[in-house]
Amino acid sequence: MAKKNGPKMADTILVVVEQREGKLNRVSGETLAGAQAIANQTGWTLEAAVVGSGVGDIASELAAKRVAKVYDLESVKLEPYTPDGFVAALRQFIEQKQPRLVLMPHTYQVRDFAPKLATALNRALISDAIGYKYEGGKLLFTRQMFQGKFAADVSFVGEPPYFATFQNGAFRGDQVEAGSSAAPVETVTVDVPDGAVRNKPEAPFKEAKQAVDLTQAEIIVAVGRGIKEQKNIDLAKQLADALGGEIAASRPICDSGWLPMDRQVGSSGQTVAPKLYLALGISGAIQHVVGMKGARTIIAVNKDGEAPIFEIADVAVVGNLFDIVPPLIEEVKKAKGA
Amino acid sequence: MKILVCMKQVPQKDAPLKLNESGTWIREDVSYEVNEPDAYALEEALRQKGKHGGEVVVITSGPARAQQVLREALAKGADRAIHLEGDSFVTLDAFNTAKAFAAAIKDERFDLIFTGLQSDDYGFAQTGVILAELLGSPHATIIMQIEKSDGGIRVKRELEAGFFQFVDMPLPAVLTIQSGINKLRYATLIGIKQAKNKPLKKVAFEEVSSALSGNLQKIEKLYVPQKTKKTEILEGPPAEIAKKLVDKLRNEMRVI
Repeated sequence: MAKKNGPKMADTILVVVEQREGKLNRVSGETLAGAQAIANQTGWTLEAAVVGSGVGDIASELAAKRVAKVYDLESVKLEPYTPDGFVAALRQFIEQKQPRLVLMPHTYQVRDFAPKLATALNRALISDAIGYKYEGGKLLFTRQMFQGKFAADVSFVGEPPYFATFQNGAFRGDQVEAGSSAAPVETVTVDVPDGAVRNKPEAPFKEAKQAVDLTQAEIIVAVGRGIKEQKNIDLAKQLADALGGEIAASRPICDSGWLPMDRQVGSSGQTVAPKLYLALGISGAIQHVVGMKGARTIIAVNKDGEAPIFEIADVAVVGNLFDIVPPLIEEVKKAKGA
Repeated sequence: MKILVCMKQVPQKDAPLKLNESGTWIREDVSYEVNEPDAYALEEALRQKGKHGGEVVVITSGPARAQQVLREALAKGADRAIHLEGDSFVTLDAFNTAKAFAAAIKDERFDLIFTGLQSDDYGFAQTGVILAELLGSPHATIIMQIEKSDGGIRVKRELEAGFFQFVDMPLPAVLTIQSGINKLRYATLIGIKQAKNKPLKKVAFEEVSSALSGNLQKIEKLYVPQKTKKTEILEGPPAEIAKKLVDKLRNEMRVI
């Protein structure tokens, strides 16, 4: 890439946070915490940017964290969010500043524009990382592969800027360090050319019936593909009833219409944190795990001893759920009756 | 409408996977299947063709085994297929895979290009979006509904936490399709028979390699993830396991 004039951000980490309706989302805080950890280890400078229209308040909020500088990228054409608008804004900014590393949270919005941004700059994006390693001067990002069955340490090849996104829950948002004094905020008015934004998005909405609030449930019995047939759902329901809990499912079960969509736990469904999460025949794909790994106790029943769900389970039962659930229902009823 | 569907063959969901000797990839002696969201992308393309007419073309990259995905797609109703055939395609990053597809279709013009929202093996969730940028087309991701509108399409995007959003966009466009957008069809016997006579074009690695660059990301090491949690394994006859579990639910977890 041609070198540009102007101030350089040599060996700078730029965190691009996500705001929605004027609020910083939780996973942005996590990415910031991860970026602070990388900055501590590498000695690189940490800066942050927020993109939008009238998002100065978020820039001020960011400036209270331990960052060297905050950029507020502003244009009326950046609200509502579109991939074309965000890429136009960030591309100009990154081309000019040349940070070494650009970090973002792996949200639905970021995955909508980040690959386009990296491609526009002829660079690669390491997406959905769950952590990083800094070994012998080399920065590696750890990703899950094959639905979480394996992990991979991935490095960047070629010239910076390097782009990476961190998965929901990769770092703890409450560990973001505050700064000793407020960081300077620079407002940058970005030029989004007329006609650059091709999509016309409408306001987000929720489907009318979202009857069940799984986030409040203390006990959840969840089923995955291992339940095999729709008629077997009833067995899991009986267990949930005996325990006084709610029934939930991984995405394929709801896609098949075996349980309604509002029973779905995972990245596209609800994020839950019950006292007990009993996973029946759930393999533990990343998209499901991000929605339930905050449970206090996880019991997993799966016939495949290698299933990734066992990586995060407190109690693992390797066996056929159809053998184990019926006696379990009886024992629970006995214990409750006693 | 002329629609291209990008599909991928991935290891079967319950296939036991083993690392290769160098610890950089899996051993290839496993069973494969079509990447699930790609199956929904194909189904959506066939439904759009059913409503508006046109042509459905399927494309994949990978070794000879990957042809199975194309054969199944042709049997379900796709009109023709393009196979970027070779082992070298397996280790391409998302950027290069998209470049290879763009090179293979450079003489064609599609109204719509569909991909699944992500693959079950790498899980990049990037190839479709990169392809859109390479082709200069607008895109939208995680799509749950597609309707034709005046001068373009109106799509329903899935957002997080149960939210959705309608987006109007011009054609040509690239869409990444979410699982569950429709109900999958099965191939019929007659479809399987007809598929044998449908065109399947093979493209060798050498034919597109000039459009590729070196990978910009490299897997240094692939490994079984380290456990972060201490897991207690319960074994024995089901009745005994049930008793042990209830004991834990009652005395350790205190939930009953």
